[in-house]
Amino acid sequence: MNREDIIKPENLVYRRTPVLTENIMHYCPGCGHGTAHRLVAEVIEEMGIQEKTIGIAPVGCSVLAYNYFEVDMQEAAHGRAPALATAVKRLKPDFFVFSYQGDGDLAAIGTGETIHACNRGENITMIFINNGIYGMTGGQMAPTTLEDMKTSTSPYGREVQSMGNPLKITELLAQLPGTCYVTRQAVYTPALVRKCKRAIRQAFENQKENKGVSFVEIVSNCNSGWKMTPTASNQWLEDNMLPFYPLGDIKVSK
Amino acid sequence: MKELRLMKGNEAIAEAAIRYGVDGYFGYPITPQSEILEHLMAEEPYKKTGMVVLQAESEVASINMVYGGAACGKRAMTTSSSPGISLMQEGLSYIAGAELPCLVVNVVRGGPGLGTIQPSQADYFQTTKGGGHGDYRLITLAPASVQEMYDFVALAFELAFKYRNPAMILSDGVIGQVMEKVQIDDYKPRWTDEYIKKSFPWATTGKNPNTPHVIVTSLELDSSKQEQVNIRIQKKYRECEAKEVRYELINCEDAEYLFVAYGSSARICQKAIQLGREKGIKVGLVRPITLWPFPSKILNEMADKVKGMLSVEMSAGQMVEDVLLATKHKIKVEHYGRFGGIIPTPQEVLHALETKIIGG
Repeated sequence: MNREDIIKPENLVYRRTPVLTENIMHYCPGCGHGTAHRLVAEVIEEMGIQEKTIGIAPVGCSVLAYNYFEVDMQEAAHGRAPALATAVKRLKPDFFVFSYQGDGDLAAIGTGETIHACNRGENITMIFINNGIYGMTGGQMAPTTLEDMKTSTSPYGREVQSMGNPLKITELLAQLPGTCYVTRQAVYTPALVRKCKRAIRQAFENQKENKGVSFVEIVSNCNSGWKMTPTASNQWLEDNMLPFYPLGDIKVSK
Repeated sequence: MKELRLMKGNEAIAEAAIRYGVDGYFGYPITPQSEILEHLMAEEPYKKTGMVVLQAESEVASINMVYGGAACGKRAMTTSSSPGISLMQEGLSYIAGAELPCLVVNVVRGGPGLGTIQPSQADYFQTTKGGGHGDYRLITLAPASVQEMYDFVALAFELAFKYRNPAMILSDGVIGQVMEKVQIDDYKPRWTDEYIKKSFPWATTGKNPNTPHVIVTSLELDSSKQEQVNIRIQKKYRECEAKEVRYELINCEDAEYLFVAYGSSARICQKAIQLGREKGIKVGLVRPITLWPFPSKILNEMADKVKGMLSVEMSAGQMVEDVLLATKHKIKVEHYGRFGGIIPTPQEVLHALETKIIGG
């Protein structure tokens, strides 16, 4: 058997989805962003909505997400993605609109836009990457940083008396009548990746029925910011992040 | 014959937006311009033209909703008053950086800080010199009547789309609240999605099968490319300065002295001209209609013909700096203003001309 015998469509087991561009991602090796991007892109491909989707990129590690998703993209100011998404969906109601934001963007500077877009029940999908740290700016404390967790601006650990408590924004958003689907997922094992993809698919499908905000939190690692190897960071995520941010559906509207 | 209506300046903005075919209005209440959102909500434009009107949770959200709509090639707008406009400066910088067209209306009140809800013109610097971060400009129109509040909605959108840049209508609490008769247009249809897709290849209208996706962003991390972005934007601004200056000359033919004033101050100066001419003072008015680009050329030419100019503003003296730059110290130029929400009378404006320019 030679090479040409193997490279045939029927033998294809894996390929890059055409909803991702060929640009090389800038994410650190081991980071969960790349997997999360791929899942969103695969869902868009499988639903056949590439030409009817507009994405909103944040400020943070995924600021350049617009270079990777092969759909029309808008780059928002820090925290403002839900406001952009609101207007896009209202003015183009037959389009699928998603925002992709990190924890600093969505749960600190953009808390107001996040809560009000969810409370209005905007018919959009929000993807929320929670790695408990500001990755892009070099590992500072985030609203989601765990108690006692060390970051560059909490070098002796997050001391909640003076630095405040880690914010469970996802549970908070589940309380709002405008959210129809709120779930927390992870992407550090193959089984969790498959589960997360099903959740993202559901979050996009809901837009067909005008049900309100579908919100998918993905608890992710930041091996660079946490100063660990990728493998160690995944173990740390499981041992420390998941007890405080447990996985699973938080709200599923009928 | 067009329909005539008695309207407030704020209502004229709202009515013009609906009838011109604006796609989306996003705003937050603030005095003295809340009638704009109220009028839009009462008129239910969604039923008439399909226009979307949404009360946002803040001015920050409003301007970013405008960004999202503008990036889709839609005609998107917001309105506010001074403190709210301050909150929008970040968004305006992003919109200018992403080269998107939109309309922002500022019905100016007195500051600084929470200031007063009474009229002012103290946001001239913020509007014409930047306001947000980075090298950008706002195409700025200054209405002096309710009719101009109405007419400038269309003009602002035309200029904004021509230059792919945010446009500002810089009004004030007087023009926003005063009632005058206005000629209004019939309803124009909004642009179709097909027209937008065909006309604005820069807009996010859904990826085309055979072309790359569209990205709307103001980010370019490679400095050599970011410099090129700035050079392109500045070239656009030079073209705008060459082509889009608008102004009105009133009683300038035989004038020995000039008022320079915009908006409601220009209206007060018209009365002051009448009072002055009754006393034999040959005074006229240059009324800038575009504050950026500023009518520097005509002011420089007029400086060769008159003995002095008085810049009249409801501020501590902001536009006067542009008048000084334009006239290059060829003649005497002074400022007269009231601020904090106080509106000067024609008598005190004329007295200022007599003491600061003629007798000074």
